[in-house]
Amino acid sequence: MSAILDIRGLTRTHGKGEQAVHALRGVDLSVAPGELVAVMGPSGSGKSTLLTCAGGLDQPTRGEVLVDGNDLVTLSRAGVAALRRRRIGYVFQDFNLIPALTAVENVALPLELDGTRSRTARKYAEAALQEVGIGELADRFPDDMSGGQRQRVAIARAIVGDRRLLLADEPTGALDSETGEAVLQLLRDRCDQHGIAGVLVTHEARHAAWADRVVYLRDGVLVGQAGPLADPDQLLQGSH
Amino acid sequence: MSIKHGLLALLREEPKYGYQLRGEFEAATGATWPLNIGQVYTTLTRLERDGLVRAASTEADGRSTYEITEAGRTELDSWFQTPVTRESRPRDELAIKLALALAVPGVDVSAVVQRQRSATMQSLQELTRLKRGDRDGEISWRLVLESMIFAAEAEIRWLDHCESILLRHRGRPAKQPQVHEADDTTEVTR
Repeated sequence: MSAILDIRGLTRTHGKGEQAVHALRGVDLSVAPGELVAVMGPSGSGKSTLLTCAGGLDQPTRGEVLVDGNDLVTLSRAGVAALRRRRIGYVFQDFNLIPALTAVENVALPLELDGTRSRTARKYAEAALQEVGIGELADRFPDDMSGGQRQRVAIARAIVGDRRLLLADEPTGALDSETGEAVLQLLRDRCDQHGIAGVLVTHEARHAAWADRVVYLRDGVLVGQAGPLADPDQLLQGSH
Repeated sequence: MSIKHGLLALLREEPKYGYQLRGEFEAATGATWPLNIGQVYTTLTRLERDGLVRAASTEADGRSTYEITEAGRTELDSWFQTPVTRESRPRDELAIKLALALAVPGVDVSAVVQRQRSATMQSLQELTRLKRGDRDGEISWRLVLESMIFAAEAEIRWLDHCESILLRHRGRPAKQPQVHEADDTTEVTR
C-alpha cells in the first residue's frame, strides 16, 4: 500500500552562511495507512520541526513532503491550506482549543472554514465527539472540562471529516499517566480501525511504545529505529 | 522473586497437586515465567526437606497433594513483607558493558547505547501490545506486565542519561557544530 506521508531528503535550515542552523538534515520517513510512528529524541533534535514540516506549517529548505501524493513543497499556499483543512489533523500538547467556542463548535470549525455548511459541519463534529467517547459533552466549553476531556476534543477536531494524516506533538504532555494512556489508546484505535497514518512526537518511551515503529532523531538526523514488530504469536516466547 | 515463595503463596489457601501449582503459577504471572513440572517437583522436595510444606495425601497413582506448614506460612509472610533488593539484576550486565565500551579504545559507545535503546524499545513495544490486547485481563497479570513496562522505560531513561553524560564527557564530534543552538531556535519560533 502506498504511504500517506512520504518525506524524502527533508532538510530545514534556518539562516544562512556561518550563522546557518540545521534543524533537519536529509530525513527520510514514510508512514503507511494504519501505521503509527513515534518520533523520539532529545529536545532540540528536530522532532517538532519534522512534525511542522509534515503538517505544512513550515516550509522545508530542501526535500519533498508528500501527503496522500501531494507535495506540500511545490503546492501553492492555498493548496497547502486546503490540504491541511481536509486531510491533516494536528494535536498539540496544550490542546489549542478556542475557549469562546463549545466542544462541538471547536470540532466543526475546520470544516466550516473549508466551506461546509454549518449544520452539516455540526453533524460531522458530533459524530467525531461520539467516536472519541465524549458525545455528551458537545455543548460544554473547554474551561468546564478536564485535561483529558479537552484533549479528546482536540483529537476529535483532528479526525473530523476525512482526515488521512494525524500529527500529534506531545499529546499526553499535560495529562496524568492514566489519562495519557487513554489518549494513546484513542490514537492507536484511529490508526487500526480507520487506516489513518499517525506520527507521534514524544519524549516518553512508555508512550512511544504504542507505535508500530519508533524512530530516533539526533541533531536533525534519523539515527535508528525500533520495530516493526514480530508476529503477535511469537511474543510470549522469550519475553521472560 | 523465587519459585519457592511463589509455590508457598499458591498453597496458602489449600493443598494442591504439583501440576496444579504449575498451572496457577503461570496464570498468575501471565506466562512470563514458564515453569516445567520438574522444577515444580524439585522445589516442592526442597520445601518439604526444609519443613515448609508436607505431603497431605497420596492418590492411588502415586501423586501427592502438598500443604503449607506453620513454618511455611511464617516464611511466606516475611517474604511478602520484605522489599525486593535491586542487586544482581540483569541490567548490571548492561552497566558493565557500557563501562567497558568506554574503557576500551575503538568502541563506538553511542552506537552501543543506540542499539540497546532500540532493543529495549522493541521489548517495550511488545509489552505494550500485550497490554493493548488484554484490556479486560486478570489484574495479577496486568500488574506483572506494568512492572515490566516501567522497568523497560526506566532502562531507556537511564540510557538517555548515559548518552548525555557521554556527550558532555567527550565533547561533541567536530563535524556537528552548533546543533544545540540550532534547534533551540526552532522550538522558540514554532
